[in-house]
Formats: sequence, structure tokens, C-alpha cells
Amino acid sequence: MTMLEESLALSGVLFSVGVVGVLMRRNAIVMFMSIELMLNAVNLSFVALSRNVGIEGQLFVMFVMTVAAAEAAIGLAIIISIFRHYESVDIRKFRLLRW
Amino acid sequence: MVGGPLIGLLGTVLQEGAEHAGEFVPFLPAWMILLPFIGFVINGLVAYTAPERRKLVSVVGPGVLGLAFLIAAINLVLIAGVHDAEPVVRSYWTWIQVGQLRIDAALQIDQLSLIMALVVTCVSFIIHIYSIGYMGEDPGYARFFAYLNLFVFFMLVLVLAANFPLMFVGWEGVGLCSYLLIGFWFTQPAKAEAGQKAFIVNRIGDFGFLVAMFMLFAYLGTLDYQSVFALAPSGFAYGGAAVTVITLFLFLGCTGKSAQIPLYVWLPDAMHGPTPVSALIHAATMVTAGVYLVARSSVLFALAPLSMNVVAIIGGVTALFAGTIAIQQYDIKRVIAYSTISQLGYMFLAVGVGAFTAGIFHLGTHAFFKALLFLASGAAIHAMHHALHHAGEDASEDASQDMRNMGGLRSYVPTTFRTAWIASLALAGVFPLAGFFSKDEIIWSVGARGQTALWIVAVITALLTAGYITRWLVMVFYGQSRVSDKARQYLHAAPWVMAGALVVLALGSVVTGWINVPEALPLLPEFTWLHHFLHPAFAQAEHIIVEHVGEAAHVAPFGGGEGTWAIASTVAAVLVIAVVFQALKDKKYLPASESAEPTGIAGLLYHKYYVDELYDLVIVRPFKRLCVFSWRFIDQGIIDGALVNGSAYATRFGGWVLSRFQTGYIGTYVLVIVLGVLIILGAVTL
Repeated sequence: MTMLEESLALSGVLFSVGVVGVLMRRNAIVMFMSIELMLNAVNLSFVALSRNVGIEGQLFVMFVMTVAAAEAAIGLAIIISIFRHYESVDIRKFRLLRW
Repeated sequence: MVGGPLIGLLGTVLQEGAEHAGEFVPFLPAWMILLPFIGFVINGLVAYTAPERRKLVSVVGPGVLGLAFLIAAINLVLIAGVHDAEPVVRSYWTWIQVGQLRIDAALQIDQLSLIMALVVTCVSFIIHIYSIGYMGEDPGYARFFAYLNLFVFFMLVLVLAANFPLMFVGWEGVGLCSYLLIGFWFTQPAKAEAGQKAFIVNRIGDFGFLVAMFMLFAYLGTLDYQSVFALAPSGFAYGGAAVTVITLFLFLGCTGKSAQIPLYVWLPDAMHGPTPVSALIHAATMVTAGVYLVARSSVLFALAPLSMNVVAIIGGVTALFAGTIAIQQYDIKRVIAYSTISQLGYMFLAVGVGAFTAGIFHLGTHAFFKALLFLASGAAIHAMHHALHHAGEDASEDASQDMRNMGGLRSYVPTTFRTAWIASLALAGVFPLAGFFSKDEIIWSVGARGQTALWIVAVITALLTAGYITRWLVMVFYGQSRVSDKARQYLHAAPWVMAGALVVLALGSVVTGWINVPEALPLLPEFTWLHHFLHPAFAQAEHIIVEHVGEAAHVAPFGGGEGTWAIASTVAAVLVIAVVFQALKDKKYLPASESAEPTGIAGLLYHKYYVDELYDLVIVRPFKRLCVFSWRFIDQGIIDGALVNGSAYATRFGGWVLSRFQTGYIGTYVLVIVLGVLIILGAVTL
């Protein structure tokens, strides 16, 4: 009993939830959480597929988690300093990088 | 009258020598050309480094030409001593060698080129001496002599060259010097513009000369005179299209350089130059280059009867046309300028009917009396300018050259007055002065070759000539002085160098006619020296003409022999002079500032038949409009606007459009990325 299809379906649902979160939400921290959700959705599909394809999938998950942890640290630090500056985490207000 | 037998004696001596002479060996021919060039270099250096060293310039400028004149004279005597001397070609180095084209820097020394060189060096020597007085107070003294020397250098290259391209070098060189000297006082816009006009009009003629050379090379494979004239009779069919087109293009070059219809318009404007320049370049030498070219290419022209007719008709029409304009001009130099155009027309008329010797003869005599007329004008202008200047009045070119302001100069500039009479009588063709012999021979040759219409034109022009030159004399020298009393006391005669030059030229205007006395004249010994002398140069052409057209007749179109018509024409000229003189002597002229503009026919002539206006309307203005169109529409519109700026605008617009995608919203970017991924995924799966 591998539950491969169920795992991939769950992974797809989680990923889509993440994408929609990133697209719809204005709050930077929530967007950040949605990105984590997408990363973990991918992790799930890696793990699920590693049974059939090979151990590299699980190995890759370790990398993703490490990078995600570093990203979370840096990302949260940036969000905090933005918050200090703007007193807000609404990304619609951050429009410096524009033409 | 004493001159005739004397020269006759000299002629027999020369012809005696011909009997037991060997070969003609030219004497230092290259030095004839090098000397003026050395003069140019020295005077040019002086003009650049020490323009105040006038003494040096006054010695070098005329000096080199005196030496060149001596060399030319020695060579002429040498070649005259040899019966039917063959042309000598001296090649110095190979100038251009490409494929089968080979052009040497070579000089051809023969009867024709030597007689031209003699006229050029002689007249230019005298005019250089005159310029010492005329230009004495000008700050550009050294520069003036440098240009003048350079001009003579190029003119001698033109007449002594042994092939068409080298002649073209001289041809362009004299054009350049003409431009430099017309615009000698280049700070005045009118003078600079006159120089440009001369240069640009001459370009049209030069185009014709170039095309003719290209065609000659295409048909005969050579451009050396000797080879071209040797190959031409077999290479071209008589009256064929090729030789006709070549000669017509050559003649287009002549109409530019020698101021014939339709390209004559630059010559009257060229009078803005200093008067010695008008005398040397625009009367005696450069403008006769076209006549020389036709005479030099006589073999080609003889092969193309149609071109000969065109030359004769253009010459005749120009002679009459310019003669009528000269009647109503008020500028002292413009009358002479139109007279020059008219006399050049005579020369073309002569060469056009195949009387090459008569054309060259008139070229030589005309060089003397026309240079004299110009220099006499110069002396009058010099006096007028001086007087007006010292009286504090308007001493501009217009005021000091307008004959309506002159009058009564007879007693103030006596030498000028007397020499001007001699020159005028010579121009009018009164016996025994130079113009009588040469003009008469032309009119006779035209009649004898059955060109009745042109003969009538030539006779009428001869009478017109006597008329306008008498009017010129009366207006300048007779009657009451029309300058203010204050200015009158400053009127003075020319310095002795100028007067001396006038006297020498007057002498030339008297004696030069006697080198060719036709046999038909009663009471005079036959002495057709020039005819015999130039015979070798034109023998081939005359042979072709006789072969195809036949001998010239011995009667004029309305009967009578040469002698009868010569006497009749002299009597007619004297009558015209007397009548015009009597009619104008007591006429009151108002000073230019008070005169009304002439109306009616006089106005038509005064405005020179509105030809300048016509050219302006038909050629200059449409051309300017085309230029403005090219500038505004093609250059500024299409090239600058559409291509150069257009590509910049397109890039900027593209950047602006693309920059709209950079909203600064993270959401937008994410959306685009997601959409992009979906599209790629869709494309891969489908």
C-alpha cells in the first residue's frame, strides 16, 4: 500500500493553496507562510515519489528544509525591518522597486 | 604703314632660313612653365611670411614672365626657321598608367602651342607690370602676384600640354585662379559670389570636356594629341555619331570656359575682380582657351560637320547677342566684358567655318587691344576711385565704374585717352590697326564658305562693335566731367608703370595685325606669314574639309572680292564711329544717382535680355527648391527624422511599454510567474 496517488493529490492541493495564498493575501507574513506551504507540498511529493524513483528524493527534502529554514530566518528579519520602517506588513505599500 | 614692309623683310628672312634648315629643336621648353611656377612659390611665400616686401614681389612677379616670354620668343623664331616643322613632344615622366591607359606629363611644342604661349607670356608680362601700379596700395599685393603667376603657369600647361588630360589640368587650374582672382577682395559678398558663379558655371562646361575625353579613350584607346589625330580619320566615320557627340561635348566645355551662349553669364560678373585680372584672364588669355581647344582638336571637328555648324552658329549668335547688350551697359568694364563675349563669338565663328588660322589670328590681336581696353578702363577707374575717395564721396565699385559718373576724363588722363582710342579703333576694325586684319579675315572666311546668314550676322556685329565702343569712348572721355567740383581736383593720371603698359599694348594693337596681310588687299604686299606658319598645325583638318566640303569660294555671298569688302567694312566702321560720335558728343548724361532706369528696348538691353533672371527662374530657383526639398524632407525628414531619431523613439517607446509591467506589486509578479508556469506546463503536456 503506497498511497502514491493520494500523496500526490494532497501535495497538489497544498501547493495550490500556497499559490492562492501568495496571490491573494496582502500580509507579508501570511504570504511567507504560504510559500512555506508550497515548499512543503513539494517535499511531500518528493518523499512520496522516492519510494518508486529512488532515495535521492528524500535526500533532496533535507536540502529543501535546510534552505527553507535559512530563508525563513532571513525573510522574517527583512519583514521585521520593513515593519519597523513602515509600521505595516501590507505588501501593497512596498512599491519602491518600480519604474 | 612703315611696319608692313619691315615685317615683310623679317618674314623673307625667316622663310629664307626655312630653305636650308634642319630640324626644330625647342629651347628650354619646360622652363616656360617652370618660371611662372617659381614666381608663384616665391610670391606665395612672401605673401605668407612677409607681405610688406613689395619690392621683391615687384621684381619676381613680372620678372619670371619676362624670362618666360623670352624663351617663348626664342622658340618661336627657332620653329619659324624650319619649314613645316614637325611637332616636338617632350615627355618628362609617366603621370598615370592603368591598364592600357598611359598618360605622360608631356609637352607638345609646335606652331600652334608656341604662338599661344607667346601671346600668353607677352600679354601677361605687360599686365603684370601694369599691376605694380594698379595694385600698389593693396594690402594683398604679394598674394595678388602669387595668384597671377599661378594663373600663367596653368595657362601655359593648358596650351603646351601634349595630351587632353594634361590640358585639362591647366584648364581646371586657370578656372581655379580665375575664381581666386575674381573673389580677390573676398570680404565683399558680391565679389565672392561672382567668383563662385564663375566656378560653378564652368563646372557644367568641364563636365562636357570630361565626357569627351572618356569617349575619346573608349573609341581610340589613347588621349595623346598625336595619336588621337593620327587615328581619328580612320577610327571615326566622317560625320558619324561618335565623333559628332565627342566634339559637341568638347564644345560644351568651350562654351563654359570661353563664355559662349548658354554659359556666358559668368563673364560679366567676373568683372568684380581687379581690373588687371579682367584684362589678363577674362579678355586676353583664359577665355580664349576654348578657341584654342577647338583649333587644337581641328581634326576631330573637321570630321564632324554638324559640330562645326553648331560652333559657328553659337559663335555668330553670341557675337551679335553680346554686341547688342554692350550698347546699353553703363558700367565701364561691363561694356568691355560684353564686347569680349562678342569677340570670342567671332573667334568661334571663324573656327566653326573651318578658318582655324583666322580664329587664332583674331585671338592674338584681340588679346592686345582688349587687354588695352581693360587696362585703360582700369586707369579711368583708378583715377575716379582716387578722386571720389579723397573728396569723401561714395567711392564704391558701382560709383567709380559707372560711366554716367565719368565724362571729360580726356584732359585728366591723356595717355589713357590716346591709347583707348587706338584700342577702340582696333576693336572696331579700322585700317591699319590689328582688328582690321583679323576681323576682316573672319568675315571673309565666313562668306567664302557660303554661310550667308552668319556672314550677315558677322557684318552687323562689326558695325555694332564700332557703335558701342564709340559710345564707351564718348561717355568716359568726352563732354563735361560729371563728378563734383571737389572730386574733380583730385583726378590724376595713372602712374608711369601703368601708362607704360598701356603704350606697349597700344603698340601691339597696331602691329600685330601685320603678321597676316591677305593678298587680296590693294596697295599692300601680300604677307600671309601667320597662315603659312600655322599651316602644319591645321593641314590635316583643312585636308579633310577640302576633301568632303570642297574649296572655299573666292567671292562674298553678294559678290565682290575680299579686297572690296575689306575696304567697304573699314569705311562702314569709320562712318558708324563718326555718326555715333556726333550723335553722342553733346548729349547730356546725368550722374548715375540721378538717372532713371532705361525703359523699352533700351531697358531690355540694359537688363541683358533678362537672361540672368531667366536662368534664375528656370534653373537656379528650381534647383534651390530641390535642394531645400532634399534638405528638409529627405535629410531632415527621412534620414534624420525617420531613421535616426525614429529608431531612438521606437526603442524608448518599447522601453516605456515594457516598463509598465514592473508594477512594484509582488502579487503581479507572482501572478505572471504562475501563469507562465501554467502555460509551459500546458504546452509540455499537450
